[in-house]
Amino acid sequence: MNFTIPKDIDMSQQASWCPGCGHGIVCRVITEAVEELGLSDRILTVDDVACGQFGQFAMKYNTIMSAHGRTVVTAAGLKHARPDALVIARPGDGSAYSIGIESTIYSAVRNENILTIVINNSVFGMTGGQMSPATLPGMKTATSPFGRDENKDGHMVDITKLLGQMDIAYLARCAVNTPANTDRTKKAIKKALQKQMNGEGFCLIDVLSMCPTNWKTSEIQACEFVKETQSKYLPLGEFIDKGGKE
Amino acid sequence: MAKVLMKGNEALAESCLRAGCRFFSGYPITPQTEILEYLCWRMDEVGGDCVQTESELAGINMLMGAAAGGARALTTTAGPGFSLKQEGISYLCGSDLPAVIVDVQRIGCALGDIFMGQGDYWQLTRGGGHGDYRTIVLAPATVQESVDLASIAFDLAEKYRHPVLIATDATIGQMIEPVELPEMKEHDPDKYDWALRPRREGEPQRAIWNRYWDWEDGGHKYPEYILKKYGEMEETEQRWESVLTEDAEIVMVAYGTSARVAKSAIMKARKEGIKLGLIRPITLWPFPKKAFDELGDQVKAFLDIERNILGQMKDDVILTDGNRHPVEFYGEYWDNISEVKILEKVKEMLKKY
Ligand SMILES: Cc1ncc(C[n+]2csc(CCOP(=O)(O)OP(=O)(O)O)c2C)c(N)n1
Ligand code: SF4
Ligand SMILES: [Mg+2]
Repeated sequence: MNFTIPKDIDMSQQASWCPGCGHGIVCRVITEAVEELGLSDRILTVDDVACGQFGQFAMKYNTIMSAHGRTVVTAAGLKHARPDALVIARPGDGSAYSIGIESTIYSAVRNENILTIVINNSVFGMTGGQMSPATLPGMKTATSPFGRDENKDGHMVDITKLLGQMDIAYLARCAVNTPANTDRTKKAIKKALQKQMNGEGFCLIDVLSMCPTNWKTSEIQACEFVKETQSKYLPLGEFIDKGGKE
Repeated sequence: MAKVLMKGNEALAESCLRAGCRFFSGYPITPQTEILEYLCWRMDEVGGDCVQTESELAGINMLMGAAAGGARALTTTAGPGFSLKQEGISYLCGSDLPAVIVDVQRIGCALGDIFMGQGDYWQLTRGGGHGDYRTIVLAPATVQESVDLASIAFDLAEKYRHPVLIATDATIGQMIEPVELPEMKEHDPDKYDWALRPRREGEPQRAIWNRYWDWEDGGHKYPEYILKKYGEMEETEQRWESVLTEDAEIVMVAYGTSARVAKSAIMKARKEGIKLGLIRPITLWPFPKKAFDELGDQVKAFLDIERNILGQMKDDVILTDGNRHPVEFYGEYWDNISEVKILEKVKEMLKKY
């Protein structure tokens, strides 16, 4: 298999993710999807201050770093100012489902015509692996040292259930733990960008993504954890596909 | 252009549109709500976007995205809502983004009340958000001045790539006065080379993030840049009105609605032979130090007048005067500032000093 670095990937700046992190893979598939659709000159990205921020160094797109948790709503504002641009928000699960859940829900309610790609590693990565809304039941984190106890810690948030009934354009869950899943992620991104071009409205892709550092696993074990555990609790699939034009 | 009768809040909103503002995001709160209501239909007419967001927090963070996209962006609020704007104001400052934020002041902390007040001076001038930053704060005293300062606010915001605050209050927001509106202007979102639009092949990346990342030395020259930016604002942007201060023995310091009452107290005082004057800060920050520099040796004391309990602006009068004169405070919480009480206080002070 021939592998070339996508031209929208910036090799001149340093994106300091840990080895085996899913963030970089997501950035790579975004650039591949964009290039395959020939849309490089139409993209604007909005990143959170969390581990996602390095995406701004990894990709050449013009970009803004939002406050933690405001990624989706700041992206919506940018789209209002630049309706011809294709706007991609890239928050983490903590950003989109904890501190920013209000804005995630209301951007969906308003059916803002943007694509939100949530890098879901089931922890607060940047701050050292605390429990996030997407932390799995029983999963140990820095703030659930005995495993997430749903009676005490509240139940896990599955965004596809929360947004599943909403009148939005697209809702899917993908993963980047295997080449096949990564390829599906790329397809989902392409579909969602097409929908944004059609003016169909809010698209959200929840991408299960490895955080070996805070999961305290090897890079390979992290990929297996996505397969064996994370995706069991947070199943992959397409949940809303309105219009459905590819 | 002919004068029209308009409510303060609506006149301010219209003036923002005429300055080329085509994006608004905000949330209802009294006594500011007319701005949101007005823009919800008027923005449509001029081809802009008005979004009623889920909260003030969303309002300011959505505005940040629009500002990054090069739009002239506005959000407005009051009291409790202004607290929620602080996160975004800090981010706008740290990212060098222009925007205009209006606080139609009301009274008190917590819920306080929707009544007339000047409850937010400290938050407006000290920076209620995290980090060390400053913002220009424009404080109109009439509906006409709201209109005039609104368009200046957008120019200043872009001149410095920095958010500008407008501090009105419930009275100025709710009263109806004759105003002359400026001509309608369009703003080009591509006017500035920092504004985000998709990157064209071969162009360098435009990124709006922690501004200090843009210095190649790792940000060590950033403090110098910031000191220069705020220094320039302090030097060039002080605005004020001085009323009969040339011979005044007691100089009142008051802004916004309080200054209107203070002004009329001067007329009464002068009839009784009392030498009373007024400094009316139009910029709360930078505080008009130059107005104090112009004062003569006849000044005996200052009287700070505000619609709040603690006399928030008194700090700045003392700092500016450098402890050379006594500074007293007259404030009201529930009632209007009263000419009669001002005169009583001034007579008392003249006996003392
Ligand atoms: C208002 C605010 N609260 C807290 C933080 C600290 N903080 C930075 S990133 C982060 C969590 C990040 O988790 P997530 O959004 O899942 O992103 P990840 O790093 O896992 O990709 C937190 C709590 C902050 N920067 N701002
Ligand atoms: S802490 Fe986790 S999410 Fe952050 S860079 Fe490292 S592996 Fe990636
Ligand atoms: Mg995370």
